[in-house]
Amino acid sequence: MSNLKIKNYDLTSLIIVISLIIIGLINIYSVSYSDSNSIENFFTKQLVFVLFSFAICSVLILLDINFYFKYASIIYISMVLLLILLLFIGKEVNGAKSWFNFLGFSLQPSELMKPVTALAIAKYLSNVHSDIKNYKIQFYSFIIILVPIVLILLQPDPGTALIFFSFYLVLHIVGLPSIYLNIFMFISILFIATIIIGMKIMLMITGIIFSIIFLYSIYKKNKKSKLIYISVFAVFNILISTFIYENLFEQRHRDRIGVVLGLEKDLAGIGYNANQSKLAFNSGGLFGQGFLKGTQTKGDFIPEQHSDYIFATIGEEWGFFGSLFVISLFIVLLMRMTERTIKQTSIFYKIFSYSVIAIIFFHFAINISMVIGLFPTVGIPLPYISYGGSSLLSFMILFTGYLKIDSQKKSKW
Amino acid sequence: MRDKLLQLLIISVGILIIVKLFSLQVINSSSELIYNASVQKIYEFPERGYIYDRNNKLIVSNDFSYDILVVPADVNLEDSILISKDFNIDTSVFNEKLLDAQNFSNVKASILINNISKDEYAPIQEKLWKHSGFFVQKKSKRTYNALTAANLLGYISEVNKSEVEKNSYYEIGEMIGRQGLEKTYEDKLRGVKGVKFFQKDKFNRIIGSYKNGDYDTLPIPSKDLTLTIDLDLQQYGDSLMQNKRGSIVAIEPKTGDILALINSPSYDLSSLIDKNRSINYKKLENDSIGKPLFERGLQGQYAPGSTFKIINALIGLQENVINEETMHRCEGGHFYSKNAFMRCHTKETTFSDLNNAIYTSCNTFFAKTYKEIIENYESSSVGLDKWNDYVRSFGFGNYLGYDHPTGQPGFIPSSQYYDNWYNNSWRAVTTISNSIGQGEILTTPIQLANFAATIANRGWYITPHFVKEIENDSINDNYKRKNVSLIDSKHFKPIINGMIDVIDIGTATNSKIRDIKIAGKTGTAENFIRVNGKRKQLTDHSIFIGFAPADDPKIAICVFIENGYWGSRWAAPISSLIIEKYLKKEINRKWLENYILEGDLTTEYLKPYLTTNFSINE
Repeated sequence: MSNLKIKNYDLTSLIIVISLIIIGLINIYSVSYSDSNSIENFFTKQLVFVLFSFAICSVLILLDINFYFKYASIIYISMVLLLILLLFIGKEVNGAKSWFNFLGFSLQPSELMKPVTALAIAKYLSNVHSDIKNYKIQFYSFIIILVPIVLILLQPDPGTALIFFSFYLVLHIVGLPSIYLNIFMFISILFIATIIIGMKIMLMITGIIFSIIFLYSIYKKNKKSKLIYISVFAVFNILISTFIYENLFEQRHRDRIGVVLGLEKDLAGIGYNANQSKLAFNSGGLFGQGFLKGTQTKGDFIPEQHSDYIFATIGEEWGFFGSLFVISLFIVLLMRMTERTIKQTSIFYKIFSYSVIAIIFFHFAINISMVIGLFPTVGIPLPYISYGGSSLLSFMILFTGYLKIDSQKKSKW
Repeated sequence: MRDKLLQLLIISVGILIIVKLFSLQVINSSSELIYNASVQKIYEFPERGYIYDRNNKLIVSNDFSYDILVVPADVNLEDSILISKDFNIDTSVFNEKLLDAQNFSNVKASILINNISKDEYAPIQEKLWKHSGFFVQKKSKRTYNALTAANLLGYISEVNKSEVEKNSYYEIGEMIGRQGLEKTYEDKLRGVKGVKFFQKDKFNRIIGSYKNGDYDTLPIPSKDLTLTIDLDLQQYGDSLMQNKRGSIVAIEPKTGDILALINSPSYDLSSLIDKNRSINYKKLENDSIGKPLFERGLQGQYAPGSTFKIINALIGLQENVINEETMHRCEGGHFYSKNAFMRCHTKETTFSDLNNAIYTSCNTFFAKTYKEIIENYESSSVGLDKWNDYVRSFGFGNYLGYDHPTGQPGFIPSSQYYDNWYNNSWRAVTTISNSIGQGEILTTPIQLANFAATIANRGWYITPHFVKEIENDSINDNYKRKNVSLIDSKHFKPIINGMIDVIDIGTATNSKIRDIKIAGKTGTAENFIRVNGKRKQLTDHSIFIGFAPADDPKIAICVFIENGYWGSRWAAPISSLIIEKYLKKEINRKWLENYILEGDLTTEYLKPYLTTNFSINE
């Protein structure tokens, strides 16, 4: 048992997290206010979740960090088994088998998989022999991340699966060669461009660009083998992108992407959510409609407003200043955590902390972007604020992990 | 270095989000009210404008029907027997419909009974207040008080998606003028809807006006139209045209007012107002034989036949290649070129002067005149283009610019056309058919009627139009301005004299009216059809243009009867009846009227569809 000295802990960050939770409770109250039909409304439930999460985390913070390090693999493997089991006996909600149901409680294991994967990857890479420049090590690291992604995609819950790509960011920070990121960026840009301007034109443009470079390189007598690889890859990529977009994606996915890219405008149908949410912000203006006074909120026009779209309520009732405040809290929190993590010397600590930051950051960036119409609709919550027990617990555990590690700076690790 | 990457990302995403929020919340504040679900827009539609004829007879107005809507949550279910009795429907039907409404939404309004007529609604209205949860929606639809001029009036129907995208005024479910005058004058007939914004609560109930009604607007009333059409004349024309196909266009020469535009066959506009609209419309559209949707007067492009001789005579006078004394010899036709003989219906050798040529409609005279016009210039090209300018100055070869959305320009050949066709080697005689209104020339009946009006005015016309007055508004200035032809007015006198003789002693003596001097010209136009790829000649079209009274013209007319043979057989008598009806209000020549009313060309129209051979021009 480590000694619990209050001054060793990052209290500022803790206060910010608690503020975010309180802001969440206030706005969940506003959403569920006047919803007289359910006595056991979202607010009271969330309050229970908060107290429950605090209780769990109080226990977790007391355990020695060696305990986590030692059992990381076992915890990871058991969670993976749990996710496999879920595919067979999970409860289906909104078309995805993401939930376990027992004793009247529902649990979403994919949420808890986030801290567990962070623990696993941190442990694996903190091994003295684990050099991230080594292809074998890279391969196993990817496996650790991809196993939960595949299992969660099978549920299917693409939003949560997307979050696991935040580990890639962590790997990149701790020294993964840039080639992966470059390839990824190249693919993404080609994919988006292909969707927007169409396969034929893209192929033509690619053909023209590469012929020009090709002719130029002949003229300059440069080596051109690399160029041929890239152009073949690009053409292949454009064809595959079209195939994936046209055949593997479902219409709802295409619709969501189309709305963000401005290819489609159907404010009553597929663009409904995004538009209603934008209207909430619009209606909020500079100072907001005031607590419990948002017309969009009161009218219950935004689906999932208590969970994924909670930020729309903040925007409407508290205005631009309210939203700015919440965003500032997140930025200060993330910057502060990063600042302190940079100073860590232990690889294990560093990787785990970065994972915590990256996960919170991904949630924050994607959720807010989605609510204000910068990103397609994907079902992921806003950390600490959105309604939901499993996700709150997961974020609390992540933060507890960070707090614990942060307090160990003087440790020999 | 990569340690800093995360911070860089956090800051840039943060900035991006704040900028977007700023634009959403501060810059763009309170704009897009349209799709805001917590604000309900309630429109107030002005009643669509009425349409009257030139004598203020009502042609198109509106009728109202009522829908009773129900909000199930507000209904006192214990009263269902009483309610159904008050609403005059069966209790079981009532309960069934209420259940349907509940299944849709307990708090949103759904239609309980629809399309209740004014008379049925009156007793219900008295009892409606007693029951909560019900309200009434008034609906308006077009009613047609006269069964005529379907294509001219046009119809209205719901806007489609592309119209909504193109024009932000309209929303799905609203009506728009779809064809005819309803389309041309959509903005006037429609008015502008007013809008009131209401704040709704979570249960979709209106809790007050939105932002004190700052965004509300008042409706702008629609405007009634008074047409130039004379309804009596129009309907009389309809009756004369029964069992015939073709068109009558009558114009008041001095004003350009279109007095009648009759298309046969026609259809009943009221079949296009309710829910069977699309089925009925498809039927009309699929009638490829009668083509009721094809407005022959405006869209039909035909060879004008002998009526076109008039214009060649006018050009000949203007170009000074003929004068009133010019004589041309005709021997039942003439060789206009080596081995090329143009027949003429004058039987033996005759000598015609201009007057005689007009009333006997001598082909030879006009062919020679035309040839001289073209050869009056250094080359045929220059001559033909000069001729083309003259013809076009009467409004031929172009959309006339009337206020109806459909039409065709017709065709008046230019030198360029023949250059392309004959590879630059052609002479006046190559285009000799132009002299007698056959060949490449195409005109529409309204152009011919306008031509008759121009002759009546001795050289000018006002663009024909259908609307005389718009309530609290003025008609387009184009419909008040004179368009002057390139022919000096002094040349019209001999022509008009010839046209008077057409009726008195010429080709249309059967159309004489006592006390009214008509000037006119018959036409008989050859025409062909393609059946299974084979070109078949059909019975000639019967054409007449004219005006009356000749010395003070009040009406100019073009009658066009498809496959009616001689101009004097159908078109001239029908014209004379229209003229008599318009000028005298009653018909003295009952025998002629009966002959026309009983005239039936149905068998003629069936000929092309016969499998056996058929003879024409009987």
